[in-house]
Amino acid sequence: MSEFLQQLLNGLSLGAIYALIALGYTMVYGVLRFINFAHSDVFMVGAFIGYYLGKLVPEGTLWGGLLVLSGAMIGCALLGMFIERVVYRPLRHGPTLNVLITAIGVSLLLEYTGQIVFGAAPRTFPQIFPTANYHVGSLTISSNQVFVIGVAILLMIALQLIVFKTKIGTAMRAVSLNPKAAQLVGVNNNVVISFTFGLGSALAAAGGILYAMNYPSIDPLMGVMPGLKAFVAAILGGIGNIPGAALGGLLLGTVETFIGGSQFSTYKDAIAFAILIVILLFKPAGLLGKFTIEKV
Amino acid sequence: MIVLRLQFFRHLHFIKVAGLSFVAALAPAAFTTASAAAAAPEPIKIGVYASLTGKEAVWGQSAEKATRLAVDDVNAAGGVLGRPLLAIIEDNQSKPGESVTAVRKLISRDKVIAILGEASSGRSLEAAPICQQARIPMISGGSNPKVTQVGNFIFRTHFIDPFQGTVMSRFAREKLGAKRLALLTEVTNAYAVGLAKYFSADAAAHQTPIVIEQKYSAGERDFKAQLTAIKAAQVDAIFVPGYYTEAGLIVAQARELGLNLPVLGGDGWEGPQLLAIGGPALRDTYYCNNFSSESDVPETRRFIERYQARFQSMPGGTAADAYDAVLMLTDAIKRAGSTDPEKIRAALATTRGLRGVGGPLNVDANRDQLKPAYILGYSSGDYHLVQVIQP
Repeated sequence: MSEFLQQLLNGLSLGAIYALIALGYTMVYGVLRFINFAHSDVFMVGAFIGYYLGKLVPEGTLWGGLLVLSGAMIGCALLGMFIERVVYRPLRHGPTLNVLITAIGVSLLLEYTGQIVFGAAPRTFPQIFPTANYHVGSLTISSNQVFVIGVAILLMIALQLIVFKTKIGTAMRAVSLNPKAAQLVGVNNNVVISFTFGLGSALAAAGGILYAMNYPSIDPLMGVMPGLKAFVAAILGGIGNIPGAALGGLLLGTVETFIGGSQFSTYKDAIAFAILIVILLFKPAGLLGKFTIEKV
Repeated sequence: MIVLRLQFFRHLHFIKVAGLSFVAALAPAAFTTASAAAAAPEPIKIGVYASLTGKEAVWGQSAEKATRLAVDDVNAAGGVLGRPLLAIIEDNQSKPGESVTAVRKLISRDKVIAILGEASSGRSLEAAPICQQARIPMISGGSNPKVTQVGNFIFRTHFIDPFQGTVMSRFAREKLGAKRLALLTEVTNAYAVGLAKYFSADAAAHQTPIVIEQKYSAGERDFKAQLTAIKAAQVDAIFVPGYYTEAGLIVAQARELGLNLPVLGGDGWEGPQLLAIGGPALRDTYYCNNFSSESDVPETRRFIERYQARFQSMPGGTAADAYDAVLMLTDAIKRAGSTDPEKIRAALATTRGLRGVGGPLNVDANRDQLKPAYILGYSSGDYHLVQVIQP
């Protein structure tokens, strides 16, 4: 029983990170109907910004850690908006496939520029937050796990509030529903789309920092696997749907951890992806997604 | 149709952009060390492949430095057969598949007479068949027995995993008093799988069974699932036959889960990343190595001093292996009196009593080495020598 609870906790803290990255995929998809493959590399850049900022503040302090976290989120928000402005906006009225291929190009550009700028060898991420281990019964909870789950929940609530309670959130949903009509009623689409990219990228940066705190070895290709998993999580939950992405991330993280702790650990990715296929067979739009028939 | 084709060309453009950035990233990856200016006698070219970048960059870079040091030493002493040595060094980015390309290039384009490399058994196993086929001698720093089994042109400077696995199993049993053992193996790594096999064989033969075996793949970062299962199995010690990045993460996560058991590893643990990631969590961890900076062998001491004076860093086991590979090769060329690969191979096979910087070099009938193992343990911020085990 205690092993089960411990694995559940491990799974939830891994899933919370997947969920944060998945939110970025899902938001961009919700508004623009395309998959931003560069998202997982913005996640990597977030971790590296954290690495360099982490050297400037004293290690293991709460304010220092929060400073690093917010610095990386701001840095990545700017990077996301820059990528959107320079690369995606000129292609917005072209076919979606063009933007998709471009996104793969941007992703590779970030990865290999990262290898030149940061070097290809892995770096050790500093302990930016104070750490401690708590024992509850036979359960061991590390402060990092609590922090990851806490920050992920806070950011998801904040996101939900932004999307449903603010003016810009209303505008985002309007653009998502019908960009032309939104423009007709006075929504500035460029601002809304920029904001979406900024917000998604900031979440990716937070994910990057949380990931690096738990697994303190970072390199320019670190985003590839978590990015792929988060993408799967977004689809699993129903792409375009924010609570769906969160659910998908948590589910994927938990399943992966339970299989990882069993004798089938080598097959954990295969089994996790097989579950995805089965779910999509029965619910093609994902767990919480609505299936809409596209008119041709 | 026309529209479709136009779109296709537009995509091509982006693929090109991505491709270019990829090439640009690779460009600085190939280094050559010209150790002698274009003097009158033609240099003897030796090819080196190493992981200069990527996950195991630490090993490749220190091997590269030690190779340069060794080649300069040979040339300062007048070269071999009156000709200077020239090492041509290629990077395999710590990636599977790249060593084959690097070694093919060294053999066919650079016309090297021997290949040196590398510390990873997996990547040595990729390169070895190419060298064997081309009938070019290769000296690896890998420890998996399969490396030299590829053929009679393949040699090594390192001890082999059956010895290392036995040493660590005995250490767990005799020094740590462990009765129940756990194994956490990197299944995508030929070295780790081999070492795990020899460790478990020895443990099983001495009634200290492996009660749980967990697995992971290269590049994984989350080991809490496996470690939680190990914790539930109530063992006395964990053996982690992998490489240093994962080992650091595994130990740190084990301690986070309250798993305060001795953790043991093999020579793949050596690397500053281990200390940087693991930190104080590494207390009560031990690994087996072919080299210790605290060794009192005079050759080793002199090598450490000269390496430190030149590169301002501490050499590790991979540096000693790389230096000894050059030593073994020059000794063989001298005894063969020729740079003909076949004659060098015959001379390498009869290497006896050569005093290397990492211990004595004696090539046995299987082209393997019998060398002492150093068991290092963590205390006060670094690994220190705990025990030397003679073969």
